[in-house]
Amino acid sequence: MTVLTGHAPAGHYRFRHVARMEWIKLRTLRSTWWTLAITAAGGAAMAVVIGLNTISKSADLTNNVLAGVVPGLLLIGVLGVLVMTGEYTSGMIRATLAAAPRRPLLLAAKAAVFAAASLTVGEAASFLAFFAGGAAFRHGISAPALSQPGVLRAILLGGASYCLIGLLGLGLGAIIRHTAAAIAVLVAGVFLIGMIIGAASRGIAAYLPVFIIGNSLTTTKPESCQGAAQCVHFLSPWTGLAVLGLYAAVALAIGGWLLVRRDA
Amino acid sequence: MIEVRDLTKRYGSTLAVDALSFDLRPGMVTGFLGPNGSGKSTTMRLIMGLDKPDAGQARIGGRRYRNLRWPLREAGALLEAKAFHPGRSAHAHLDALAASNGIDRRRVDEVLDLVGLAGAARRRAGKFSLGMAQRLGIAAALLGDPPVLLLDEPVNGLDPAGIHWIRDLLKSLAGQGRVVFVSSHLISEIALLAEHLVVIGQGRLLADTSVAELSAGAASLEDAFLHLTGASTDYRGRDWVAQRKEGSS
Repeated sequence: MTVLTGHAPAGHYRFRHVARMEWIKLRTLRSTWWTLAITAAGGAAMAVVIGLNTISKSADLTNNVLAGVVPGLLLIGVLGVLVMTGEYTSGMIRATLAAAPRRPLLLAAKAAVFAAASLTVGEAASFLAFFAGGAAFRHGISAPALSQPGVLRAILLGGASYCLIGLLGLGLGAIIRHTAAAIAVLVAGVFLIGMIIGAASRGIAAYLPVFIIGNSLTTTKPESCQGAAQCVHFLSPWTGLAVLGLYAAVALAIGGWLLVRRDA
Repeated sequence: MIEVRDLTKRYGSTLAVDALSFDLRPGMVTGFLGPNGSGKSTTMRLIMGLDKPDAGQARIGGRRYRNLRWPLREAGALLEAKAFHPGRSAHAHLDALAASNGIDRRRVDEVLDLVGLAGAARRRAGKFSLGMAQRLGIAAALLGDPPVLLLDEPVNGLDPAGIHWIRDLLKSLAGQGRVVFVSSHLISEIALLAEHLVVIGQGRLLADTSVAELSAGAASLEDAFLHLTGASTDYRGRDWVAQRKEGSS
């Protein structure tokens, strides 16, 4: 009888190994590609509709056509949720943790891979929406150019918001572990509560994800209050990006903490 | 190779595993027996680091599972329930796992061929029968060619030819000097497979002995098992024959 002493190479599995696993897992699900394609195409379609119906030259045209990203954001957020909850509903989590038992490393690799994918698709969707919407303007309105102040920044941050909402979804998925409940919390937190609280309390409204995206990140003409009592003081684009990033980071941190503590 | 020491796990008020200690040696198949709900699967999950023990620990080659350097190359496991995403193909599933431990991708085709899934490798695994799902789980366990194998009810869902196949496979893997730990509630199956036995009931160790030793004093291994676990069986049907006799007398 020969006693096997193990024939593993020197060193140990690292972030890059786990990230490769997560990338293969992400790209080998058909639902990933459908979701991402609909996200990009949906944003462009919305932008065309908005473009065709824009009649005011003085409006923030860039901001208007980028409003088409909102349904796509929801889809990316749901995909982020599924990246995590799909592990639990299918039982895949047991294989995943058998392969990579260091749980914080696993979550970091998962988040990094999903961030890269959602940022790429988000930027593509954002540029696509900008150009598609621009091409659809009628009524003698000429499309905004990338060289105009704030336009490129609005498009880039619009694309980045996909990534951050996606990561927020992933973090919520790690915390809640049940698909339907995590999606409900995501939709409520990002969209519905935003609408309700936004209408009720103008002080908080500026910090709600949907307003950060619409009124801080993708705007080229920040609204100034000029002393009006009912006005919302929206965050600057970069502060907005930081606050949105903070939401995603907090969700991922709590998700990671729970992932380490809980039985799989 | 595997040391389990005072392993204890509580779910709420239920003590699922109670100060369990045993060692697993290489070169033989060790059967893991116990009545339904005796803590076999929980013990497997604790060894794998999926659940956190309330006390004690399990070590594989001197390390806890979460500290293994190349987990899939050091231990392979088949747990009782399915552990793959139904939307992914068997090939993609194994490809992803191989990447996580720097395992050569050629090994994926090798294990698919070994378990007889080469022809179904590109189909969505969600469409697999229970037997095929079980084979995929076995392929995943063998992916890293590990010196330690933990299998929870591996014959579940396999047809007679499949059961025969896995029996030969596990014996030959043990013959190569690996630790092979197989849980089952089928005593007849274990009798054909294992040389050594770990028997538990209500989470406690009842016996850690060779198959020959345990069955020596009884008519059969089954009798020996029933005698051993009689006091610690949680879920028991009524004795139908005895009841009929009582009723007629």
